[in-house]
Amino acid sequence: MNFFIYLLVMAGITYLIRMLPLVLVKEKIHNKYILSFLYYIPYAVLSAMTVPAIFYATFSPISAAFGFVAALILAYFGKSLLTVAACSSAAVFVAELIMKYLIK
Amino acid sequence: MNSVKTKKRSLFLQGIIDGLPICFGYLSVAFAFGISAIGCGLTALEALLISMTNVTSAGQVAGIGIIAAGGSLAEMAVSQIGINLRYALMSVSLSQKFGKSIRLIDRFIIAFVNTDEVFGVASSKPGNVERSYMYGLIIPPYVGWSIGTILGALAGNILPASVTSALGIAVYGMFVAIVIPKAKTDHPVAVCALAAILLSCAFRYIPILNRVPGGFSVIICAVIASGIFAVVSPIETDKEEDQ
Repeated sequence: MNFFIYLLVMAGITYLIRMLPLVLVKEKIHNKYILSFLYYIPYAVLSAMTVPAIFYATFSPISAAFGFVAALILAYFGKSLLTVAACSSAAVFVAELIMKYLIK
Repeated sequence: MNSVKTKKRSLFLQGIIDGLPICFGYLSVAFAFGISAIGCGLTALEALLISMTNVTSAGQVAGIGIIAAGGSLAEMAVSQIGINLRYALMSVSLSQKFGKSIRLIDRFIIAFVNTDEVFGVASSKPGNVERSYMYGLIIPPYVGWSIGTILGALAGNILPASVTSALGIAVYGMFVAIVIPKAKTDHPVAVCALAAILLSCAFRYIPILNRVPGGFSVIICAVIASGIFAVVSPIETDKEEDQ
């Protein structure tokens, strides 16, 4: 099948899913429970996406655990997104270097 | 007049600054996507076109799998809806964060780049987010996503595997950096996040539950956890509107 037909279906559906609620829900919602639900949603979504997936994001769950702990500590002390992301990656890198050395 | 312009510019700059870590995180994820796309028999240009029109990781990975297998359009449509439906939830939530400066046309444009990370960062801002900020915020991720894809597709082997592995955790590190500071000061958020994590682990490890596709399970976990906490611990609505 033609690549562009696939592309159209993929991009079209992805965009519609994102666009429709953003364009249709223009009024501020006043219902306390819906507002509360929407207040919790970002943190619930991001948490569910992070654990356990983070443990499968690198070569090994062990190095990922080091990266995760580094991120938790830095985030707890209020470091910026960039610092947390960079140090988490650095922790994984170092952990994997050490792991390679230990295995040899 | 001048001060309004200055304020807009500084909001735009603030958006760019907040978007940069997303950009760096995306470089590595898109890089990996570029490599997979070539592996699926697509050209570098096709990979780039997919990234520039979809701007989503999991949906794109599933999509190129279906293209490579010569799957049907129905299969493509169902997989995209399943994996990406979480964005609908995010868009409803984001719609409540938008300030008055965001017009209808802006909603059409911002929706295009409303990724998990853009949504997460915008949500974590206190109070409303304005137009200049949102445009600043979506530019670096879009650029990073596109450049990462073409680099991965053209030169998948320039980065050593140890570096790609380490960068693989970057976007998750950002999620942690968004959730933890909020959870520290707002205890219902902390418990809600833990509940979502427990559910998400259940969907990963418990037989039968683990057959639910990833995109759907994220929605189920988030809706259950947020739904429970909306009832158990509703927010003070006046306070929220004042912010």
